[in-house]
Amino acid sequence: MSSEAMPLSPASVPAGEIQRYTFQERLCHWFSALTYVYCLLTGLAFYTPYLFWIAVLLGSGATSRFWHPIVGLGFLVSILWMHSLWRRDMTISGKDKQWLDQVNNYATNRDNLVPPQDRFNAGQKLFYWVMFWGTILLLISGLLMWFPEYISFRVAWIRSLAVLTHECAALITIGAFIIHVYMGLFLVPGSGRAMVRGHVPAAWARVHHRLWYDRVAGKPSST
Amino acid sequence: MSNGTLQIKAISGHAGPVPGRDTSRDYDVCKLIDVTTCIGCKACEVACVEWNGYPFRETVFDNTYQTMPDLEWNYYNLIRFNEHIAEDGTFSWLMRKDQCMHCADPGCLRACPADGAIVQYSNGIVDFQQEHCIGCEYCVTGCPFNIPKFNKETKKVHKCTLCSDRVGAGLEPACIKACPTGCLHFGSKDDMKDLAAKRASQLREHTAYKNAGIYDPPGVGGTHVIYVLHDINNPEAYGGLPKDPRVPLLVRVWKRPLKWLGNLAMTAGVLGVVAHYIRYGPKEAVEKKETPK
Repeated sequence: MSSEAMPLSPASVPAGEIQRYTFQERLCHWFSALTYVYCLLTGLAFYTPYLFWIAVLLGSGATSRFWHPIVGLGFLVSILWMHSLWRRDMTISGKDKQWLDQVNNYATNRDNLVPPQDRFNAGQKLFYWVMFWGTILLLISGLLMWFPEYISFRVAWIRSLAVLTHECAALITIGAFIIHVYMGLFLVPGSGRAMVRGHVPAAWARVHHRLWYDRVAGKPSST
Repeated sequence: MSNGTLQIKAISGHAGPVPGRDTSRDYDVCKLIDVTTCIGCKACEVACVEWNGYPFRETVFDNTYQTMPDLEWNYYNLIRFNEHIAEDGTFSWLMRKDQCMHCADPGCLRACPADGAIVQYSNGIVDFQQEHCIGCEYCVTGCPFNIPKFNKETKKVHKCTLCSDRVGAGLEPACIKACPTGCLHFGSKDDMKDLAAKRASQLREHTAYKNAGIYDPPGVGGTHVIYVLHDINNPEAYGGLPKDPRVPLLVRVWKRPLKWLGNLAMTAGVLGVVAHYIRYGPKEAVEKKETPK
């Protein structure tokens, strides 16, 4: 669903607020979050003996091993669903280059030096594409790891390459995930609430996503 | 030998040092397989299945005398038949008893993430503990000999135990006891190496097998199952015995440097965002006055 089609203020949105995420978008996001966190926790348990207790806590090592790939397929479904919802909003454009040039100022909270952004800023878009391609890598390597006995011993290197790829891809998504959770819960107040309730104050939209605000609020961007 | 030989010296997926690490008995145990005197009778296969209490599974005929194409989760021991034509045109049958090699540096144990699912005893036996196995099959990936086999129903991996239950009680493995030609021997690693060296030199001096030698691959730290081969330069001819087996490089990278790099990066990531919050704080949605451009 593109932002153009989004109603400015449906009945559920209080006065002075505008809708940021539809119900379907929020559902998709939290389904994705749930499946990712399960795979993250069980994956970390298989990753290092120092965290194997997580698998015990979640049932047992064997239980975690049984569900990890199945829940992983659920995560894949969530990513494909999300892709159908946000693909266009996440397209990287020339404006994003300008934002990335100012990423130091963004990271040090000198936001007045950062160019105005549309519905998602370039950082959010990068996060999206890291998770998208990371998921593709995790899927391919994960399928091979699920049934290694079907890979001929003559090409046994594929087995160990799959494990290594799975681990590298997972580590990259974990890095992105740490930043994502930090920004959503702590760095940008109001963004976590937006993903739960679906709406944001108009001022929040103007500060963080000026171009998007102007577009959905129907105002020229010169104000 | 007594139960003392089953003291554990290495555990898979264990956080921190292992009790009994680097311990060793006065001797490591070893199985010697002299392939030059194997007649392919498969008494060892039957004895293995009997001792381990499995029902005899269906055989698969593929125009050789081999019982089935590959080891199975409840079939730890298989005589591999190969027809071999030497450079001088002479034809021979190569018969090799295939089972776990009980590596001194076991790839399965290195790869395993489950605490205690794979153990190495101080006498050198590598044993799977199915009650701790989580069924991930990382051992299948780690093994350079393609030995561990997965049971799809119970989701546990199995392989030859070198009859650790018999050896712990002072008995020899079941396959050794069953062998009618004396091609199988069991004893200390040193004794078996001596015996193998004598047999190999006998073959070199008194037969046409001028390249006879001992297969005890150093790439995995040596093994606790060693072979005497007619031609030590061509182990692949014996049903795919690898020439220089090693724990796969990518498994070693994954289990050592990458793991510590990853742990460091994840910890640094979490500490980094905490530090960022303390230094810069949240981005409040306060509208500043526009600076005219």
